Amino acid sequence: MMPAAESTLSTLETTFNRLVDALLDALQPEEQLKLTLQGEQSQFVRFNGAKVRQAGTVEDAEVSFTLMWQQRNAYRSFPLTGVWETDWPLAQAALEDVRQELPQLPEDPYLVLPEGTATSREVHAGFLLPPEAVVGAVLGEVVGLDFTGFYAAGSLVRAYADSAGQRHWFATDSFSLDYSLFTAEGQAVKGTFAGNQWDEAAYGAKLADSKQQLQRLTQAPKAIPRGQYRTYLAPAAVDDLLNMFSWGGVSEAALQRGQSALGLLQRQEKQLSPAFSLTETFEAGLVPRFNEWGEIAPVKLPIIEAGKLVNTLISSRTAKEYGKIANGAAGSESLRSPQISPGSLTAAEILKALDTGLYVSNLHYLNWSDRPNGRITGMTRYACFWVEQGEIVAPIENLRFDESLYRCFGDCLLDLTNFLEFIPSVGTYNQRSLGGALVPGMLVDQFTYTL
Amino acid sequence: MISALSQALESLDIAADWVGLRGVKETVEHRTVRDGLPQRNGKTLHQGVMVEVLVNGQIGYGATHSLDPKRLQAAVESAYRQALAASEWAIHPLTVAVRPKVVGQYQSPFVKPLSALSPQDINDLLIRLCRHLKVGDAIVQTLATAISNETESWFVSSNGSEVYQHFLMLETHFSATAQEGGIVQQRSNNGPLAHCYQGGWELFLEPHLWERAEQIGAQAVELLTAAECPTTRTTLVLAPDQMMLQIHESVGHPLELDRILGDERNYAGGSFVKPEDFGRLSYGSALMNITFDPTVPGEFASYRFDDTGVPAQREYLIQAGVLQRGLGSLESQARLGVAGVACARASSWNRPPIDRMANLNLEPGTDSFEDLIRAIEHGVYMEANRSWSIDDQRYKFQFGCEYARLIENGQLTQTLRNPNYRATTPEFWHSLVRVGDASTWEMYGTPYCGKGEPNQAIRVGHGSPTCVFENVEVFGGGA
Repeated sequence: MMPAAESTLSTLETTFNRLVDALLDALQPEEQLKLTLQGEQSQFVRFNGAKVRQAGTVEDAEVSFTLMWQQRNAYRSFPLTGVWETDWPLAQAALEDVRQELPQLPEDPYLVLPEGTATSREVHAGFLLPPEAVVGAVLGEVVGLDFTGFYAAGSLVRAYADSAGQRHWFATDSFSLDYSLFTAEGQAVKGTFAGNQWDEAAYGAKLADSKQQLQRLTQAPKAIPRGQYRTYLAPAAVDDLLNMFSWGGVSEAALQRGQSALGLLQRQEKQLSPAFSLTETFEAGLVPRFNEWGEIAPVKLPIIEAGKLVNTLISSRTAKEYGKIANGAAGSESLRSPQISPGSLTAAEILKALDTGLYVSNLHYLNWSDRPNGRITGMTRYACFWVEQGEIVAPIENLRFDESLYRCFGDCLLDLTNFLEFIPSVGTYNQRSLGGALVPGMLVDQFTYTL
Repeated sequence: MISALSQALESLDIAADWVGLRGVKETVEHRTVRDGLPQRNGKTLHQGVMVEVLVNGQIGYGATHSLDPKRLQAAVESAYRQALAASEWAIHPLTVAVRPKVVGQYQSPFVKPLSALSPQDINDLLIRLCRHLKVGDAIVQTLATAISNETESWFVSSNGSEVYQHFLMLETHFSATAQEGGIVQQRSNNGPLAHCYQGGWELFLEPHLWERAEQIGAQAVELLTAAECPTTRTTLVLAPDQMMLQIHESVGHPLELDRILGDERNYAGGSFVKPEDFGRLSYGSALMNITFDPTVPGEFASYRFDDTGVPAQREYLIQAGVLQRGLGSLESQARLGVAGVACARASSWNRPPIDRMANLNLEPGTDSFEDLIRAIEHGVYMEANRSWSIDDQRYKFQFGCEYARLIENGQLTQTLRNPNYRATTPEFWHSLVRVGDASTWEMYGTPYCGKGEPNQAIRVGHGSPTCVFENVEVFGGGA
């Protein structure tokens, strides 16, 4: 195994810095500029039936710059290949093009101009499997099982620079294996194994745990009639619910414009449970703290404390528009590194505390069914069980739920586990995601299932 | 670019059974205005090459954003090594038959080119739309977006393929949000970014644009005081802008052969459809006729060839309610032994082709809109999707709409807010009792169909008439 980040991305860093210098040199009076870079060198292997469906590699990097002039702004994005003779003509043409455009645009009263001189450089080298060794390392452990999944690995970079003098560079090596083990009847266990060093023993232990869970799924699934049931939501399921807070939830702009499910909480028309606390924390260093204006987010920002909305995510743009104080949020005002505080429920007590009800490992395809009222619909998925008197009785046929967050994170929240699990972000739309969430499991009373 | 790719192909040094190069150059111009103020103005250039290499019955891929010959050679070698390493564990031995030789071109139809409007013209248009949307003080947000997209793709292969396709696309959206205290309602132009077509600016500059914007603003306000959609089982009438979502989620995805083969089980999910169902399964009522049709002029996902070079043609997936064929590439067809269509598509140069929808349409029936409503004693009519959720087998779904009207004694009566409905797929499609005629048929599209590992968001188009479903569970909102 070899560290990847330093070796494969150093050329890109050199080219990015050269591009920044050249573009800044080319600026005219009254012009300001900011640039971002997102890049990756990735290996992707897709598995089905403990075989390989597709395998390949992708190298990609895209630079985006915003030119600001007389309260107007526009951006251009283009590939950054690391070959100056290719990249600089593209950048020059883009700069000329955007200069032609700016006088045609209306003024933007909430334009955020670059300021500050903060710099940072973080490089997290990892020890990843050699690409040709991946298939054998992954599949060697699952021979004879119906294993399906996706391995993604390699180097990722995020960078920022601007005409005020800020510069940030964040590069990391990482891998993730997101997998499912299926029974012949179609029941499944979900697992994720992620990090920046492949550990064969840890992978074996993770799979052993999944195989043990799979044994519980061999019984015929039980059909549960619609209704309200006491429910244990395992950390992966809680993470699915938490993701909804980033989609019309904790965003200050969404709250200001009537687009947030937390409006009722902010207006104190509804309460959440004193047991529920949500924090944005960058302590683990898995994602960059800088945003698309080069601003550094605080290491910790409490969002919900003991059920009260104490902070929203406020970007500099939103701050200008609504007279607020920005807190380092990204333009999307979504959670980048969230953590839900633990409760008191131990792992050993979960089934006993659940008593009779549903043990839900994962959720699927969540959406707002009534956003202003905080109502969410979605499905149970993977290893979910009917439990009676603290004993697992049988796996269940998947159920649809439709429930308000003001109930499941409010009056109906009985307890949270005293341990947290890291749920990695394994998404790969456009490019591989970074980071993840630290979440406990949740015991909820009267969770509403509708189909 | 085709000559550059052909030259690169000739100069490659690799001992593979087949090599294909697919170059993509995509220029996207995005402009958004909120409340009359600019939010986003810019252009993005995506370009790169996807290399596929067939070795020992396994295809490996290597994608690069560089057109430099050395980087292309490196991508080919990487693809070769990936294929070789995986071939021992291949899920199915493939041959060059899954990448047939093809030569041809495609061009999107258009009247007014995408260059016809300047950045200033577009901003003026969007600002004016915001003004028309804001029909009163209750409107707390107006939004207008226009995204133009010019995509060129080139495909060359070691067995002589040479394809050039040139797509011109326009995606537009405008919406109004109304608020009164804690009640918030949103209305948009047929749902989120639903106006997605191939063509030029003629698609947006329609005669009734301003009138439509005012109607949307007025309906957002109207919804603030509307009654909640009742909780009941009743006759449900769906407008084409909701049928789009209904077809997409409960017909398109379950018929994808890669889902049936299990490729998607770890991400998007499987399907309740089994391989033995093709040619036999009664999917819905006899009024249900669904076609896969990438040949419809101007529909969002039209093309002449898929991304593996297979020529596209119109096919019935469901005819008179009976399942006929699936959405599957030559690879999936070979693995499953079921007929498919030309649907191996990739979201861009940096993703491999997988089984996708393209244009999936419900064919029109015989009833006018007035006839459909006149025949209903009690029901609910819903327009424009706002919420969507379906299980991993594409069986249990729940969808919500922006706007609804009650139907009483053959008439559309009071407006209803927060309309939702839920059902299971077979039950729902068997409850289809009337299908509107061609005068009710409308087509829409979306660029956000998500699937695959690595994830891919792809463009799809859906056309449908207004449809009537019996005995469906409908309900409203509330905490």
